This record gives sequence, structure tokens and C-alpha cells, in this order.
Amino acid sequence: MSGLGTVYRKEIRENLRDRRSLFNSVLLGPILFPILFIGLAYFAGSKQQERAEKTLELPVVGAQYAPNLVGFLEQQGVIIQSAPEDPEAAVKAQEVQVIIRIPEKFGDQWKAGEPAVVEVIADPSRRESDIPMRRVKGLLHAYGGQIGHLRLQLRGVSPTLRTAIMVKDVDLSTPQSRGMLVMIMLPYVLMITAFTGGMHLAIDSTAGEKERKSLEPLLINPVPRWQIMLGKMCATATYAFASLSLTLLAFRFAFPMLPTGALGVDLNLGFDAIGGILLAVAPVVVLAAAMLTTLAALAKSLREAQSYMGLVFMIPMIPSLIFMVNPMKAETWMMAIPMFSQNLLIGEFVRGESVSTLWLTMSMGSTLLIGLAFAAVAATLFNRPRIVFST
Amino acid sequence: MIKVTNLYKSFGKVEAVKGISFEVRDGEITGLLGPNGAGKTTTLRMLYSLLPPDKGEIRIDGLDPARDSMAIKRTLGVVPDSRGLYTRMSARENIAYYGQLHGMSHKDIKSRVEELVNTLDMSDFIDRRTEGFSQGQRVKVAIARAMIHQPRTVMLDEPSNGLDVMSTRALRRYVLDLKNAGHSVILSTHIMQEVAALCDRIVIIANGMIAADGTADELLEKSGCSSLEDAFVRLIGSEEGLLA
Repeated sequence: MSGLGTVYRKEIRENLRDRRSLFNSVLLGPILFPILFIGLAYFAGSKQQERAEKTLELPVVGAQYAPNLVGFLEQQGVIIQSAPEDPEAAVKAQEVQVIIRIPEKFGDQWKAGEPAVVEVIADPSRRESDIPMRRVKGLLHAYGGQIGHLRLQLRGVSPTLRTAIMVKDVDLSTPQSRGMLVMIMLPYVLMITAFTGGMHLAIDSTAGEKERKSLEPLLINPVPRWQIMLGKMCATATYAFASLSLTLLAFRFAFPMLPTGALGVDLNLGFDAIGGILLAVAPVVVLAAAMLTTLAALAKSLREAQSYMGLVFMIPMIPSLIFMVNPMKAETWMMAIPMFSQNLLIGEFVRGESVSTLWLTMSMGSTLLIGLAFAAVAATLFNRPRIVFST
Repeated sequence: MIKVTNLYKSFGKVEAVKGISFEVRDGEITGLLGPNGAGKTTTLRMLYSLLPPDKGEIRIDGLDPARDSMAIKRTLGVVPDSRGLYTRMSARENIAYYGQLHGMSHKDIKSRVEELVNTLDMSDFIDRRTEGFSQGQRVKVAIARAMIHQPRTVMLDEPSNGLDVMSTRALRRYVLDLKNAGHSVILSTHIMQEVAALCDRIVIIANGMIAADGTADELLEKSGCSSLEDAFVRLIGSEEGLLA
């Protein structure tokens, strides 16, 4: 096994000297991701606040049919504007976000005591019009409620009779669990780092070695080929693990800087959670190293190997995307799925919940098993003349 | 002592080696001479157990590369056709890496590198990173790392490829020194002068087969020619791919 160690030490050392690649693959993530996180959080928070507090400018069609309603809106601080010629087109063209139209029949319906129709013209598929639309609807409801109230009182009926059910929210989410929206991104970033951290070394030590024409002389040394391959894989995993640890540490120090007030969340990433996450993700690092080394060794050239790496990015994305689209409750069977189980476990750790040993063991065991299977395949790759000599 | 019997190797439809048999005696320099694409490199790759032969038998000091590849690799020093160096490491580190792969101790590697620096005249560049080395410097490093463990048998695949006149002369002197120190040397080349200047025995390969085999005098006699050059052309059957 001394051959394995020799190859491992040489790859670690040699790649430490490639400063630029080292920076890009190992250090860029830990620096960039937390900054990106903080920036996004500030941006999202300030945008939301801005939209909620901005004075609402509202074009109204047919304002003359409901002067009291318009007066109420103005009282509430809405600036009433005259409506454009074609309100639907104006909304579609994104010139205006929301327009209300009061039809001519409004007065007749009002007097007859029928529900008087007011149209709210908006495009809810545009996310930026969501908040103004909700504000307009809220105001209209408030006005309708007020008038309804008065009508009942005039007829000697208690307005509370109309309220058969009173809905009351009891919020059980802890500050940490409300942070999950942001935290969904963390597993994704960590999965990506497990792959990118060792990516350059994996390519350099296999496809690169082939391209430099140093693979053939290396294989003439009296070291079994599987040891050479495994040494390279271990070096890849070491780099990925280092990058992963640095990323977690960086987040540890970045979280207190997040604008918690703006998002209404309080995030914490203690050293316990970091230790747990590292333990849970370590098998992914093994799996990633084996996959990357296999792919890079199969490539005929550096360029071909690099072109595969774009595809490799997709692999850790899949579970994270599924989770983003369809957040689900963690269940025991899910722990058998590599990368998906880690996504869930990272969530549990960060929410500050105690993670069951069974889950952790299952997740680590299944991922490690698949990783080792990949490694076993990779270890035999240098036995194939086609792979050694193809250039 | 190397004994090769009826060796075959093909890659898909291409038959690279078709029934080669020859012997390499201890303490001699044996030249594999042949035009480009004759099967020299493939034959050598089978000898240093990088490629398994399809058919035939190889014995190196009685050992079979297919079964005892690790034992054989410990006794072989090979400078293959590919001589890539690690450019982010110094020449010394490149050589020491191979010593470590051979399981040599730190102390042995250190003293052995000093020896090689002297014999191969590498003191100017031994501690420089190999990025930007000249062909001659690269070949010297490739030879030094192949010789780090003092192999009994030395194999050189087209060693003078890309070297200038001075480097080639230095290389030839070194190969003769190896022989005088008791090593068996097998070298492949397509340069006739090289065989004429160095080799005790010559194995001529063409189209994956042995065209002729013997000392320079025996080859002259066999071909009925007066000069080696004519003899080679006659024996190979064409002038293609040979360099004077």
C-alpha cells in the first residue's frame, strides 16, 4: 500500500502548487457562496419592503360611477390616476401593474343591494405585480366589509352574526424553521462543493496525466494500477473535503451577517451542526471523487474531460431541485438515496433537530456503498490498454 | 536475459506484431531496428508488461510479465516513447517520485540522485521546475527516473528522438557506459547510425515481423551487401521510414 500513499502525497503536493486552479476549485466556493447568500438575502429583503411600503398608484376606469369608493381609496393613501385607453393592453405591456375597472352598472347594483362588481386587472404570473395586486384587493375587501357592516347595523342585525367562523393563526414555526427557505440553498451549495472541490485534481491526475504523456512511464513502476488510481481518488476526495469544510466554516461566520430582521428569520450554524453535516456529507465526497475520476479517466483528452464536468454539475442538482419544487417530510426509506438523503439531513441539522443515528447510518452506508462500487470500477480502468493509450 | 517466442498483438483489425521471436543477452546492447510503425513500440510495451500479448511467450530472467509483472518491473528501467514530466515539480522531485514508487528509502534516493546528476550532467537544472525544459534536459530526467533503482535491464524506446547532435552523443556515451557496467540494454530506433554505433546485436523488424537478426557482420553476410545501409534496405525490402 506504500505505492498508494506515494501517489496520494505527490498529487496533493503537486496540485497545491497550481495556485490558480487551487483557488478556483477549492477556495472560490467558500468565498463566493456566502457573499452571494448575504447579497441575495439583503436584496430580497429590501425589495419586499420597498414594494410593501411604496405609495400605491392606481389607475381607475370609471371612477365617476363610484365616487365614495374612490374617496375611500384616496383616504387610505392610494394615488388615483386616470386610466389608460386600453387597460388590458397596458397591464400586458407591463406599463401598469394593477388597474381597477368600475362598470357602469355599479351604481344600480349598489342601490339594489346586490354585490356590485369591481374588476381588478392584473397579471398574477408576474411576480412583481403580486404585492400591489394583493394590496388593492385588501383595500377593496376592507371597503366592502365596512359597508356590509353598516347595512346590517341599519337593519338592526348584529354584524357578528355574519362571521360564523373566526380563523386564528397559531404560528408554531421556530425562528430556525422559518429560515428553511434560505436553508434550502445550503444543501445545494454543499453538494456542488463536494463535486467541484476535487474536480480539477481528478482531471489533472488522469486525463491531464495522459495528455502530458506521463501516464505510461508512471504505470511502468512496480505499483499495482489500482493503487495508483486509488491514490489519485483519495487526493481528489481530500481536496473536495477541504473545500467543503471551508465552505461550512465560511457560512458559520456569514450567517450572523444575514439581515434576519428583513427576512423574519434567525439562522444559526453551530459547530455541532457543522460536525454533523461534515459527517453526513463525507460519503458524498467519496462518491463524487470516484465518479469524477472515472469520467476523467475515460476521457481521451483534457478538453473532453472538462466538457463532462458540466454534466457532473447536474447530478447534485437533481435532488436539490426536487426538494425545492416539492418539499417533503423526511422518511426513513429516503435515507437510502444518495445525495437526496444528505439534502434532508442537512436540513435537519440546520433546523437544530437531533438526527437519528439510524438515519445517519443509513444515509452514510448507502452512499458509501455506491461510492465504493464506483471506486472499484475506476480502480480497474488503468488495466484497460484503450484508456492508457488513447490520446 | 530476455527470450521472446512467437509474439502476437493486434488492435482491432490492425495486426501490430505478427509472430516475433528474438533473444536479448546479458551484458549486450540489442537494437530493435525498423521503420516507423513496424511494431517496435508495441513489442517493447509487451516486454515491460504494459500490454498483454495476444499470443506467444516472454521470459525476462525466467519471469513471465503476464504473471510476475511487479517482480519484472522492479528489475527493469524503461524510458518509453512517452516521456512526460510533471512540470510543477523540479527535476529532482520528478526523479525522487519514481524512487518512492519503487519503495526506496529517502536516504537511498538522495544519494542515488546525486550519482545520476553527475553521470548525466544535470547539476544546472536538477532543482528547477521542469516547465520549459529542452528536449535534451527532458530526456535526461526521463533516463534518470528510469535508472533510479539501478535496474539490471534497461529498455529505451527511440531515445534520441528530438535530440540535437550534442545530446545524442552524450546519450550514446551513456548507453555504452551502461553496457560496460554490466547492464543489458535493449533499444528501439529507426536510425541506422545509432545501431551501427551502439549495438552488439541487431533485430530488424518490419511489418510486425522479424526481417533479420544477428550481429552487424552476420547481417552483412546474410544480405550479401557491403554496407550496413544497403543491408538494411535489402533485408527490410524498402527504404521507407529509415533514416541514415
